[in-house]
Amino acid sequence: MDYLLTEEQQMIKDLCRQIAEEKIKPVAAEYDESGEFAWDIMKVFAESDICGIYIPEEYGGMGGGVLELAIATEELSWGCGGISLGFAATGLGTFPIILYGNEEQKAKYLPDIASGKKLAAFALTEAEAGSDAGGIKTTAKKEGDHYVLNGTKQWITNAGEAEIYTVVAMTDRARGARGASTFIVEKDTPGVSFGKKENKMGIRSSATREVIFDNCRIPKENILGREGLGFIVAMKTFDHSRPGVAAQAVGIAQRALDEAVKYSHERKQFGHSISSFQGVQFMLADMAMQVEASRALIYSAAKMIDSGAKNIAKVSAMCKTFASDTAMKVTTDAVQVFGGYGYMKEYPVEKLMRDAKITQIYEGTNQIQRGAIASSLIKESLA
Amino acid sequence: MKIIVLIKQVPATTDVKIDPETNTLKREGVEAVINPFDMYAIEEALRIRERLGEGEIVALSMGPPQAEQALREAISMGCDRAVLLSDRKFAGSDTWATSYTLARAIRKIGDCRVILCGKQASDGDTAQVGPGVSTHLDIPQVTYVKKIEKIDAASATVERMTEEGYDIIETPVPVVLTVVKEINEPRLPSLKGKMRARKAGIPVWTAEDLGCDEGKIGLDGSPTRVVKVFTPPPREGGRVLEGEPEETSKELAGLIKDIIIG
Amino acid sequence: MAEIDAIKVLNEKCVGCSLCVKACPFGAITMEENKAVIDLMKCTLCGACAEACKFDAIVIQKKEEAPEIDLSAYRDVWVFGEQKKGKVQSVSFELLGKGRELADKLGVDLCAVLLGHNMSEECKGLIARGADKVYLVDSPKLKAYQDDPYTSVLTELISKYKPEVVLCGASTIGRSLISRVAVKLRAGLTADCTGLDIDLEERLLLQTRPAFGGNIMATIISPNTRPQMATVRHKVMKEAEADPARKGQIIKEEFPDETYTSRSKLIDMIEEIEETVNLTEADIIVSGGRGVGSKENFDIIRELALTLNGAVGASRSAVDADWISYSHQVGQTGKTVCPNLYIACGISGQIQHLIGMKSSDVIVAINKDPEAPILSVATYGIVDDLFKVVPLLTDHFKKILA
Repeated sequence: MDYLLTEEQQMIKDLCRQIAEEKIKPVAAEYDESGEFAWDIMKVFAESDICGIYIPEEYGGMGGGVLELAIATEELSWGCGGISLGFAATGLGTFPIILYGNEEQKAKYLPDIASGKKLAAFALTEAEAGSDAGGIKTTAKKEGDHYVLNGTKQWITNAGEAEIYTVVAMTDRARGARGASTFIVEKDTPGVSFGKKENKMGIRSSATREVIFDNCRIPKENILGREGLGFIVAMKTFDHSRPGVAAQAVGIAQRALDEAVKYSHERKQFGHSISSFQGVQFMLADMAMQVEASRALIYSAAKMIDSGAKNIAKVSAMCKTFASDTAMKVTTDAVQVFGGYGYMKEYPVEKLMRDAKITQIYEGTNQIQRGAIASSLIKESLA
Repeated sequence: MKIIVLIKQVPATTDVKIDPETNTLKREGVEAVINPFDMYAIEEALRIRERLGEGEIVALSMGPPQAEQALREAISMGCDRAVLLSDRKFAGSDTWATSYTLARAIRKIGDCRVILCGKQASDGDTAQVGPGVSTHLDIPQVTYVKKIEKIDAASATVERMTEEGYDIIETPVPVVLTVVKEINEPRLPSLKGKMRARKAGIPVWTAEDLGCDEGKIGLDGSPTRVVKVFTPPPREGGRVLEGEPEETSKELAGLIKDIIIG
Repeated sequence: MAEIDAIKVLNEKCVGCSLCVKACPFGAITMEENKAVIDLMKCTLCGACAEACKFDAIVIQKKEEAPEIDLSAYRDVWVFGEQKKGKVQSVSFELLGKGRELADKLGVDLCAVLLGHNMSEECKGLIARGADKVYLVDSPKLKAYQDDPYTSVLTELISKYKPEVVLCGASTIGRSLISRVAVKLRAGLTADCTGLDIDLEERLLLQTRPAFGGNIMATIISPNTRPQMATVRHKVMKEAEADPARKGQIIKEEFPDETYTSRSKLIDMIEEIEETVNLTEADIIVSGGRGVGSKENFDIIRELALTLNGAVGASRSAVDADWISYSHQVGQTGKTVCPNLYIACGISGQIQHLIGMKSSDVIVAINKDPEAPILSVATYGIVDDLFKVVPLLTDHFKKILA
């Protein structure tokens, strides 16, 4: 479908597809197997100038927004949903600075992210606090000109690879969710360490580790916004980043559809390509409709967010949920179209199915999203 | 230091099919790209500029007006500017006339120290244009370059790939270097490059602009003529061995045993 | 200035039969209102249409140049004798084989040109393989190939003796040298010819070469210039047999020192050890393609090659996937081979690959796709999984050769 992208957006799309096709796709299976972080591909991202597409021009970016980030994430994820995350999760770690950073913070951190010199990560989740951000145990205690951080963040994407971390910690436990604040922590700050790399089902080349703070002292200027704003920073960040997860999902789904269509021509049974069988045709048609509907929803939501609209939580949740459910369904169907071959690692679709699953889970499970969508609906109806 | 990269626009695939009904090449939908070997030349030019910390890279191509697309791609990879040589009078040029025309343009651009191009074009495979250009310009050449060890405004030391290994050659500049794929891995275009390429003005020079001798360009200037074009006769297929792998492999071993024992 | 198009359709003669549309290999002709219309952007002036037209309705206009040269002053067929480390390379012997045939048709001498140092012995070899004369330029400065002195010497020799045909191997040296000589002499040069013949009436060298990845063949002539120059790739022609009893003349030539000057300087020649038998020289080649699937799987191919004492080849897709190095690539952009036995495993047989190996004596194709084009050129084909067949074949031969 033609989404009437601007020339620049189309350029981003074309370039990211070229990167996916020529650089990511050939190495995706290898990285999936080894679980290594694809630094060589991060270098390609940097050289291609795509790292700054969603960062304001005055900080060395291209001045795009959520839509540009989504377009790029989708195309890169078509190549590999794990490798693309080095780029997309940097976006997640950067949004708090773009949204709540002051002039000094933006000038200090954004240019290196925009140029691809540094990756970023967002550290919210803990062992006992995922979707329930109020349960955060990591503390930030003010001591003179510093905050001292203590605690352990879990399942942090890009951990260990990123240079810049935006971290949510409790400055005032008594106030619950309203006692959280967000800080910028640089990787080489004394007291920052990382846990072992998680061995995951999918998105295996993406780095997922614990970030451990042990009396980690950071300058007090590193707080984003002010004390007590942490929960709001996190929520607003997710509102902006969920279309990115959705885009990752739709990129994976599109790849699954492409592979399935291609295979259906090649595979012959009973003397005919299986694409000539109605049973397969109907599956492909359903897959294509769902992928396109997901994309349309993401692009619309992204445009709305970029316009500066206020109530974006609902559409953000909708596109993430719809696209990730679609990705799971479409990749599962792609494996089905491939039959026994689809189950084998020599063929690309089982990886897509493994990679798709996480999109239903992270940045808020789809159940949490549905809850949020429903509560928005109810609130709207009562207003 | 000025570097000129010669690029040719070619069909994306050499696997051009013949329509058996009309006996014509099926060209529909065949995308046009920069000759893959020229991509290495572009990359090497960019690396020379990076290495020297200065330099201007001019991409030069001769072809129909749509070859402008290839030049824009060269700019999106990082070339500073581009020039297209396009004129009906260039039609029918063989390698002699092409290298003459390119040499005229290189003279017009002026003050160039290094001329880079791919060892050959993927559609013609002649490997004649690079040496032809160096001869028309009366400057040295090194063909099949797989590494540039050293380069400055006075000389270059390079490795030329041979059938047995490689030669190390020192050459004064200006020089024509034709490169092989072992020399580097071409980068992708960058977003900023793509935007620059979109806006770049690419001058089109004609035979008149170049002050070409009309007897040396196009069909008239080409010593060679194509007189016949035909589809190659297929080699007759032989026998397909039937049976389970155990049987077929055994039968095959019997059939080719004499060749192997000699 | 009136612009004259180099090709045009004479509408009064065109009957709209559309034979030219069929003949055009470039899809440059369409019929509009029952007349042929040529798209000059697509047209390469190859002349196929003019030849096909029964009504002389298509004319290719060539400005009549006053013949600058007297074509009849040019006689003899020359072969450039490529030497490395003082040894004439076999591609030159292959050219002597074809050259002899051409010279006999033209009724002229076959001559070899040899540039090098202390090459007298090698001259005998050239004569034994068919040369009537050998032009020998002996100088320490010509010991190893360098562009400038070789170009100068060969250009001078040709200008002096005026051969009508010059053949050269399409090697690294040959391609670098002969392109320069052709430009200097304003002579026509055709690369990578797979067929050479003579049109005796016009004394023209008919040079046939693959174009567009070998999907079509083109015959090329150089009607108005001399010499007519062509390169031929190694292993495309059959080597001339040596007859030590043959007699020939050695003509020594010397040039002033400046002819030997080189602007570039050859500092060193490095030889890299091949991992297996030299591919182009191998009698038996076992090749793997996309069907091999991975770098590791190439061991199956290597094992069979090793067992048969043959070399390992590969298709372009296997090389592009980095399963094996480029030096193993057979085909249009790799090496041309002509072994006694070529075993293609998991190679579909794209035309570019076929060009590089189709003159092999016996071709075996193992491929699970019964539609694979390789099967149409194979002497023996097995439609099956190479991972089953190849190891079994290796076992059989281990027994046979034990």
